[in-house]
Amino acid sequence: MQDDKPAGERLWATVVWALVIFFVVNVIATIAAVGVDSFGTRWFNSWLPAGFTTRWYKAAWEEFQLHDVLIVTFEVVGAVVLLSGLLGVPAAYALARRNFPGKQLMILLFLLPMMIPPITFGIPLATVLYQAHLGGNMSGVILANLVPTVPFVVLVMIPFIEQIDPRIEAAARVFGAGTGRLFVHVLVPMLTPGILAALLLVLVRTIAMFELTFFTAGPDSQTLVVTLYYAVGAAGVRSNQSIDAMAVIYMLTTLVWLLIALRFVDPTQIVTRVKKEAV
Amino acid sequence: MSEAALSKPTERPPLRVRLALRDIDGVTLLVVPAVVFVLLLFIYPFAYGLVLSFLPKKGGWLANYAKFFSDPFLYDTIWSTFRLAIPATLINVLVSVPIALRVRHMRHRRVLTTLLVVPITLGTVLIAQGLLIYLGPQGWFNRVLAVVGIGHVRLVHNYTGVMLSLIMSGFPFTFLLTLSYLTGIDPSLEQAAATLGAKARARFVHILLPLLAQGLAINMCLSFVQTFSVFPSAVLLGAPAGETRVISIAAYQAAYEQYDYSMASAVAMIMGFCQLGVVILILAGRNFLYRGSAAGGKG
Repeated sequence: MQDDKPAGERLWATVVWALVIFFVVNVIATIAAVGVDSFGTRWFNSWLPAGFTTRWYKAAWEEFQLHDVLIVTFEVVGAVVLLSGLLGVPAAYALARRNFPGKQLMILLFLLPMMIPPITFGIPLATVLYQAHLGGNMSGVILANLVPTVPFVVLVMIPFIEQIDPRIEAAARVFGAGTGRLFVHVLVPMLTPGILAALLLVLVRTIAMFELTFFTAGPDSQTLVVTLYYAVGAAGVRSNQSIDAMAVIYMLTTLVWLLIALRFVDPTQIVTRVKKEAV
Repeated sequence: MSEAALSKPTERPPLRVRLALRDIDGVTLLVVPAVVFVLLLFIYPFAYGLVLSFLPKKGGWLANYAKFFSDPFLYDTIWSTFRLAIPATLINVLVSVPIALRVRHMRHRRVLTTLLVVPITLGTVLIAQGLLIYLGPQGWFNRVLAVVGIGHVRLVHNYTGVMLSLIMSGFPFTFLLTLSYLTGIDPSLEQAAATLGAKARARFVHILLPLLAQGLAINMCLSFVQTFSVFPSAVLLGAPAGETRVISIAAYQAAYEQYDYSMASAVAMIMGFCQLGVVILILAGRNFLYRGSAAGGKG
């Protein structure tokens, strides 16, 4: 079979695979360069650093006050995950089970904050938050980060909820369960994989969300990615290796959660779950 | 009173029942908090920004827009953004199609898709720092070029650096999206065409492309909107005062360096309208090209 293919087609296949390999190699090398540099003593004019050390991690930890930054990051991310779950899951339930007038409009309303990039709505949003005295502190950062994540949870959860047999809920209702007990005893246990997947993706996205945090954070409410941005932007002030050490810490905090998330979702879902709704 | 109460239900059921008939009841109300949240923190700020952009610090209601379109330092940002966004979008979307066509039959597809999720997850700031080292004058990329004999190429702090970062963080996204559209097409359609003797090229042009057009248009819109709002990599990897002074930098400077929120809102609105305009053009172009055959595919 393979030999029947014309030479042109085989050449074309080779070109395509070469492109894939070239891309993947460059991505890996880009990330590896950060890692190698963060452990290097001095790296100049050679393929690898002159020697290896871990002292940049200690330096970065102190220079960038990473202890405080990490606490802020986890507080922000924790609050965003919790609140987007609390707001998003019930809304998704209503949208999955009821067919009321204006439902399509509501779905469009939830699609917009996901399709419009944060830079475009971030500045007006930050202006409103600052006017409400919510800018420049943790609550502002959390509120701003919730804008894309609440719709994300809603849109991801709708298909999960639609998969559950409505007769189970009807049975719970017959036995006298109200909506609150229905949620606690029936829906949440059955939806755990879906909720976990949605919230893990929210977690990963919030750690990496630069723009909205950047626009709303004050000096005490910067997350790790914003601190990293400032450090990279002011390169020359700090040693490059300690910036890279921070970058590696940032990578680890994101990738650990990504690996956990990938146990529950297929990689293509990370970008497509929601976009399918858009078609 | 009692007569009215008795006769009324026959004509008109109580409000509660009428609402329930239209599927509005206690469960429906669960959607309210999320909707109120999006209205308050997304729709309201957008509307507020639009109004604020017409209330400049000084001058008439159009003063911000007049200033933007008369100052080359400001209106040139539109051009420098398009100059990055259009090639990056075209490269990302067009290259993703042949690769997705190959990869969909791959056995260990999940390994590749997992690898590609990593740059999306890490975000643009980390990619920028990585590329600064990797593509820098002493970086591995330039070293390989030197070994091959091409010599030193300047790849960062200019247009190329930003373009490469847009491809590195944007391509995985467009690729995964194209792949999911492609795998959604019923394979029996292609097999039928192959049975009837259609070659790979004919199968692609006459079967897959029309079915994919809808998805590619959406993909192109999303990709364009993302690249048009490039910010951290334009600052870190580009020349933010020169050729990669994109429109988001102008908006940022108005808001956080001149504290002119009215002007910043105007720039943000101009950015939004540029994005909207291109999205409408793409969607209109799709209808023009593939009227009637875009249906199906996903089923």
